[in-house]
Amino acid sequence: MVFLCALCVSVCSVVNCGEIMKNGAMNRNGSNGAKSKPRSVARIEMPIEESRLPVLKTYKIYIGGKFPRTESGRFYQVKNPKTGAPLANVCLSSRKDFREAVVAATDAQAGWANRSAYNRAQILYRIAEMLEGRSAQFIDEMMKQGYTDRDAKIEIATAVDRLVYYAGWADKYQQIFSSVNPVASSHFNFSVLEPTGIVAVFAPPESALVGLISTIIPAITGGNAVIALAANKYPLTAVTLAEVLATSDLPGGVINILTGNPAELAEHFASHMGVHAVIWSGGDAKDLLTIRTKSALNVKRAVIYDRGDWLADAAQSPYYILDTQEVKTTWHPIGV
Amino acid sequence: MPNTTTSKPLKLNFQTAWTYAPAPESAGHANIKPRYDHFINGKFTPPIKGKYFDTINPATEKKLAEVADGSAEDIDAAVKSARRAYDKIWSRLPGKERGKYLYRIARILQERAREFAVIESMDGGKPIRESRDVDIPLAAAHFFYYAGWADKLEYAFPGRRAKPLGVAGQIIPWNFPLLMAAWKIAPALAGGNTVVLKPAETTPLTALRLAEVIADAGLPPGVVNIVTGAGAAGAALVNHPDVDKIAFTGSTEVGKAIQRALAPTKTKYTLELGGKAANIIFDDATIDQAVEGIINGIFFNQGHVCCAGSRLLVQESVYPTVLRKLQDRMQTLVVGAPLDKNTDIGAINSKMQLEKINEYLKIGEAEGAELWQTDAQLPNEGYFCRPSLFLNTSQSHRVTQEEIFGPVVAVQTFRTPDEAIEKANNTPYGLSGGVWTDKGSKIFKITTKLRAGVIWANTYNKFDPSSPFGGYKESGVGREGGLHGMAAYVSLV
Repeated sequence: MVFLCALCVSVCSVVNCGEIMKNGAMNRNGSNGAKSKPRSVARIEMPIEESRLPVLKTYKIYIGGKFPRTESGRFYQVKNPKTGAPLANVCLSSRKDFREAVVAATDAQAGWANRSAYNRAQILYRIAEMLEGRSAQFIDEMMKQGYTDRDAKIEIATAVDRLVYYAGWADKYQQIFSSVNPVASSHFNFSVLEPTGIVAVFAPPESALVGLISTIIPAITGGNAVIALAANKYPLTAVTLAEVLATSDLPGGVINILTGNPAELAEHFASHMGVHAVIWSGGDAKDLLTIRTKSALNVKRAVIYDRGDWLADAAQSPYYILDTQEVKTTWHPIGV
Repeated sequence: MPNTTTSKPLKLNFQTAWTYAPAPESAGHANIKPRYDHFINGKFTPPIKGKYFDTINPATEKKLAEVADGSAEDIDAAVKSARRAYDKIWSRLPGKERGKYLYRIARILQERAREFAVIESMDGGKPIRESRDVDIPLAAAHFFYYAGWADKLEYAFPGRRAKPLGVAGQIIPWNFPLLMAAWKIAPALAGGNTVVLKPAETTPLTALRLAEVIADAGLPPGVVNIVTGAGAAGAALVNHPDVDKIAFTGSTEVGKAIQRALAPTKTKYTLELGGKAANIIFDDATIDQAVEGIINGIFFNQGHVCCAGSRLLVQESVYPTVLRKLQDRMQTLVVGAPLDKNTDIGAINSKMQLEKINEYLKIGEAEGAELWQTDAQLPNEGYFCRPSLFLNTSQSHRVTQEEIFGPVVAVQTFRTPDEAIEKANNTPYGLSGGVWTDKGSKIFKITTKLRAGVIWANTYNKFDPSSPFGGYKESGVGREGGLHGMAAYVSLV
């Protein structure tokens, strides 16, 4: 319970930042927010901080809509890089956790793909709403993991906007990339997109939230189900995102989030025969080679992003959705 | 369509009153030379190591010609030539000029279609009807189609600019030798890439004849290079450090080896691999048309088709009718000389392939499936196989799970649409599938649920340059044909 102090401080900034976000004053420093926040908040806040022992959150993984601990019982400790204070013990997920997540994803994928595009769009938008509402918590958590106040605010704002962006694409990318093909014989022939299926994602290591969002959301926009390994450095944000997902009408299993060590899990992500695509977005070159090599076991689509800047506008496009889509062409004779 | 099996069925008998007189296509104008060299930098070039191998006619087992046996050195020379042509000429040429070269190739292919059809049937064993009516016209159509894309790429990828990849290494199979060359070369050149093509060991002749067409069309030297040879030449191409993209059509086993070999590189790849397609016949299908679809699905090109309907799933209520009609129809299939216009099923492409098919026939029987073959008379020489059915197969049988690549169908039954979908999707492959029913809503339900890249509903084995082709799961990565096929040969910026 050594990290109690760090948490006490955080209670203050959580409340402050939430108010700042509501007031739209995004550029203000959270810890100095007392100047602009409504008076009522200050009245509540002070006594709590002084008299009450805060309840700490256990950071668990997210599989099939539930929050289990890793079956392995292993953990790694996340520390505040500035103070060195311990922040949390997070799950060091195992191969077995991953396999269970693949089962959950497989159970959920067909149902998710069968949802109407309109419904998927609404759920993606709902995730954005939930995330916006929890901005303060995310900013605080990212700052504890080393983000500056300004960077954390940019991160959350970009993440919310990116969700809204893909919510808009959910019922449009099909028209952009589908076709009716003018074949020379007397047939009606068309090509449509369908999800590749089960997608394993290594979240970009350099980003707490936007990287994760930018790699998993295009895949689920297109009807896939995802198992994501959080950035090793920023597991807290990923787990908190899972709490957002769990309250966003997203069916359990569509997104599963593990925390752990990419070097340990790369081989298992890429060699699982029930996984159809792996998204890799930077990190150790040895892991990349493992992923590309093992993907050949069942001809997985190995999608490699070497983008460093996930905040850029160029880090969002319908072509990211296309990376985990299959083209299906159907023929039917024309006649009576 | 009555589905009754109670009245005694009439059996077609084609054996007694009429026999087919031979109707051979003349091979006189094929003009096959005794020896062929590689086509590198616009010239026919002898192999550096001086080795040649024979290509034989699988219907007669006689040698047609000897062709250069490509080594790593030959591949290197071809890649260097392709790189030079890419840097100095092809990548700088405006799209409309690239397009005009491709139009020229299409036109010359049309003019020389008959000669190509004859050589294709002699070298590969396919019936002349198919090489004449399918392979050659479609190959020309592919060049014609992609010619038009060359100067219109800014319309192909909204919000992006398409740039060529560089040098494309292309490895093609023996089942559609010229057509696969066209599928590979046409979009590559339209996108501004240059090419090193490695034809299949057993069917190099039409690709080498295509080299003549390319030279006649005046393509700048080095834009298309063709190196013949066996697996070693293909491996050298895959492993060459100056190749930017590999396009492969062939077995899933080799495709996986290529994916592994390319793992440490930045080389892009597309793979068109094996299949084990289910052709699903519902009880409300027009049975006679469905039977024709089954025949076309598996016996087209001797079953040497990655998207062949090599699994037949029949709804239990119509199974006796379908099986009887199918067996009757199969008895009428003429197995024989590829150049004979009456031939339905030509020669198996090679001795090795015939041995593989015969091995599977043994495996299927050993597993407990019931083998049924027609009474077709087989020629005395050459590699031939009777049209074959495996009845009473189960989902776990190897003849149900594995690609045989011959005129062999594994037959299963089902009761409900869900069972049909479950069985159809239960292989590692996902290239194609067929559905036969007269009910429109059922077509959409089933075609949506099949995990495969090409679905034929109330038809089978249709191909067109504008129609994207390619697999889900272990049947490959990427698409060929149509707008989607263009994406395989450009990078988007």
